Order: sequence, then C-alpha cells, then structure tokens
Amino acid sequence: MKLVLTREETFRGTGPTCSTSIDIKIGARRDGRITAALATLRYQDGAFPGIWGMLGAMTAWACYDLPNVKSVAYDVLVNRPKVAAYRAPSAPMAAFAVESTVDLVARELGMDPVDFRLLNAAKEGTRASYGPTYGPIGIGPTLEAVKNHPQMKVKLGPNQGRGMACGFWFNFGGQTCSTVNIGVDGTVNVSVGTVDVGGSRASLSLIAAEELGVPYETVKCSVADTASLGHNDTTEGSRGTFSSGMAIIFACRNAVQELRARAAKMMDVPVEDVHWENGQAVALGTQHSNLQPLTLAQIARKSPQTGGPIAGHNEVVADGAGVSFASHICDVEVDPETGQTRVLRYAVIQDAGKAIHPDYVEGQFQGAAAQGIGWALNEEYIYGKDGRLQNPGFLDYRIPVCSDLPFIDTQILEIPNPGHPYGIRGVGETSIVPPLAAIGNAVSNAVGVRMTHVPMSPPRILGAIKAAR
Amino acid sequence: MKVALTGPIRDALGGLASIEIEAETIRELMQRLEDRYPALAPLLDAGIAVAINGEIFRDRWGEVIPRHAEVVLMPRIPGG
Repeated sequence: MKLVLTREETFRGTGPTCSTSIDIKIGARRDGRITAALATLRYQDGAFPGIWGMLGAMTAWACYDLPNVKSVAYDVLVNRPKVAAYRAPSAPMAAFAVESTVDLVARELGMDPVDFRLLNAAKEGTRASYGPTYGPIGIGPTLEAVKNHPQMKVKLGPNQGRGMACGFWFNFGGQTCSTVNIGVDGTVNVSVGTVDVGGSRASLSLIAAEELGVPYETVKCSVADTASLGHNDTTEGSRGTFSSGMAIIFACRNAVQELRARAAKMMDVPVEDVHWENGQAVALGTQHSNLQPLTLAQIARKSPQTGGPIAGHNEVVADGAGVSFASHICDVEVDPETGQTRVLRYAVIQDAGKAIHPDYVEGQFQGAAAQGIGWALNEEYIYGKDGRLQNPGFLDYRIPVCSDLPFIDTQILEIPNPGHPYGIRGVGETSIVPPLAAIGNAVSNAVGVRMTHVPMSPPRILGAIKAAR
Repeated sequence: MKVALTGPIRDALGGLASIEIEAETIRELMQRLEDRYPALAPLLDAGIAVAINGEIFRDRWGEVIPRHAEVVLMPRIPGG
C-alpha cells in the first residue's frame, strides 16, 4: 500500500514536535555549587499518548552533578494531530528551560555562566540524574573548550549579546548486521542496513579500509535491505556509524580470518604462522623468511582456486552506545525596533568519541544546530480561531536557509566511548538540544529581556522589550 | 544484588528506589522481574533497558552481570 500526502497534508496530519510548559527550580550555595534541582515538565502529545514527558525528565539535568534532583513529567493529551521528533526527542525543550534558568542562577550569584556550569558539570563517576553512573564523558571538556574558543573574545556592539548552553543525548545501537565481500579483483564491497543519513557510507568505508589495511578507494559501501542482508533496526538514535561501524569491524575481522587461511594455502604454511598486517598476509618466523607477503588483491585473484568467494559477515546487538554532550556559543544582534534577531556567530563544540570522517561529523553538528536555531527563532504552527493550521507550508513555516545563518563553526572533541572498538559515539542528535537556550541567553544579554517562550519571533521579542520599558 | 529503579519503573513498584534480586545475566534478571513483580508486566512488554556499571543494554540479554556491579533499570529509550 502506498500513502501519498501533499506538503499541506504532511504539515496538518503528521505532527510537529510537542509543545511544552516547564517549571524549573534550582537551589545553589553562594560558592556556586547547585544543591538541588527540580523540573516539572508538561509535554503536549497530541491525541495519542507517548513517552515524550519521560524523555524530557530523563534528559533535563543530565549535564550536571546534582546531590538532589527530581523531575516530574506529564504527557498531556489534546485534540490535535500526533506529535513527532526529528532529533533528540523531548530534550531541546527541557534544555531550554534548564539552561535558561542556569544562566539566571549564575547571574544572581555574580558568576560567569561557563564557570558556573563547569563547577557543576557531571564527570566520570557522577551518578546521572536519570540513573546510571557515567563513564568517561565530554561535558567538562566541551565547557573548557568554550572558555578557550576565539568567539568568546570577539567584542560585541550595541544590541548584541552572547549566550551559551549545554546539551545531552543518549544515543543507542540496536540490531545490526553487515557483509563484507572481497571481489576477485581485490575490491571490497560492504553492505549495510543503516540508511546514509549524513555521509555514513564514507565513514563506514573508512572503517573497512582501516580494518583490512587497504586503500579507501578500493572500498564501496552499499545500503542493502532486509531481503538481501538481514534485519537491521531503523536508522535512528544516532546509531548509523556507531552500530554499522561495529558490525563492519567484526565482519572485516571475520574476512581477515578467511584471507589468512587462503594465504596459508597459497604459501603452504600453517595458518597460525600467517599474520595480517597493513593489507597483507605475512608469514612470520625465520623458517618462512623466503616467503613474500601476499596482498589482499593477490589472495582475492586466486580465490577461485583456494576455496571460492571470500567474505565476512557479522550480526550484532550493538549495545554500549556512549552518550554525547555539546556546548554551544551564540552571538546575536537584536533590532530593538522590530524584534528581529540576527545570528552573528555560532559555534558547536561536541564530543564525538572518535570522528571517523570529520567533515561529516561537522555536517551533523551544523545540521542539528541549524534545526535548533530555526526552532528557537521562527518555527511554530499557527492556528486560527477556527482551530485550523494557518501555515501548512514552508513559505509561512519558516525554517532557516543559508542566507539566514552565519557559518557555524565546529570543534570536535574526542573522548573515546569504551563501548565501541574505535571509541565512536553517535553525534547526529545532541546539537539540536542547546540552541534554544543558547539563543535565549544571547537575546537576554543583548536587550535585557528574558525570553521564556519559543520561538523567540520578532513579535514576541518586541513585545518583551516594550513590556520591560 | 541491588537493582536501582528509575522513572516509570519506580512508579510501577510504588516508588521503591531499589530492589534486591539475584541474577547472573540480563535474561535471568528479566525473568525474575516478571515472576516476582507482575505490576512490571506492561513495562517489560514495552521494553526496559538495563545499565550495568554505566553501560546501557537494550537488547543484549545474554550480557553477564558482574558481581557487585551497579545495575539500574531504565525505560527503553528511542531516538530521533
């Protein structure tokens, strides 16, 4: 069955993300240490109950080391279409509330907002607000990187303000499988079951090349399907490179065992004496010193005579995904006559665990930040008095385009995830979390009004400015 | 061993912060939870994740639970 919706029907029927109403209370000592934190979160689920409130409650305080913490969340059902999320479900709303309040507390104490967050940041050994104890994590390093970032030194002009905020997302793995086929021409064909959301095929090809010790150019990665490859869970939860990467590593190691066995036949030596190094089978031991190494291509060319096709495969439940933290810096200029906000500079600093393909990791950082910026400044569903959606199209539902945003600077930190052979953490979702508060804090510093309602559209900011006069 | 409870799992057991239960693997743990706490049945059906020493497991039920490990039951987290 095929269901086709027009753009307008998509807007009307498939749901925006939840609207929310959140109350935050933070208690802190004069030295800046937070003693207690309370969040009461209300998530509007549309007509169908979900777990949106629960996710907000779990993520709200995740960046901090808190001796006393409580989150109470409600999923509220209303007569509206279902809701959905694109990245980090429920976390951006919770972070907007928490990070705005953190800034308020820091200001009340006369502390620099970055230093206040550093003092209270979670670290390895901290019991997370949602339950488990953290292993090695990146929130502290991202905050240190904010302090040292060149953007923090740029002088600001009239009606300009700087804000920063932190964000967190869990990430996860899931059921994953991969096949690595060695062609008789020496090329490597990798099949995966995760969709290429943001360049993951290139990263996965790099992983295969690394494991096999062959040039990247000889590796081709294809996205297969359940009929040809096997079951893979849906591509979500920032799992593509993490989980398919894990499966490819083990599939390649499986293939290497077969390559060693074929090389042993070709060299006429015991397979235990054959090692795989830099893309070659090498017979170790002085008794084999006369034997030349065999490349993958040489072994592949002879594969018809040594046992047939050479392949490796792996099926894995890729648990052990590492959490990812980010800290963002935002400079804005607000026109006090119109309430229009222009983002002057924006920086994303996020822990990637191990950035296999830095350009694509950067792309994920920037894409997530752009979505968060749009959410913070412009994107909302507008309903008429008759209850019907008034802006079911991209002309009036305004997402940021290239001309709206400055170049988003990125800094990739690498605190390896012990749950992955290469230390990879998922990166795609976390950076949608901080922008709402980063911009809210920047607007507050620019024009002296605290925005508590997103989007911080020109009418809302102008109204707040006028109300404050 | 002590198993910490969070979120709706804690609510389902009347607000208990932890329980004492013996299990050598996640599979054994899930089975014993189902046997001992019928109130958890809906949550077990929906999916519960287990964090062992900070590492979160959603599906790898064969995972061994080391002695003296920190064990936390959490809701199963989806992604975007």
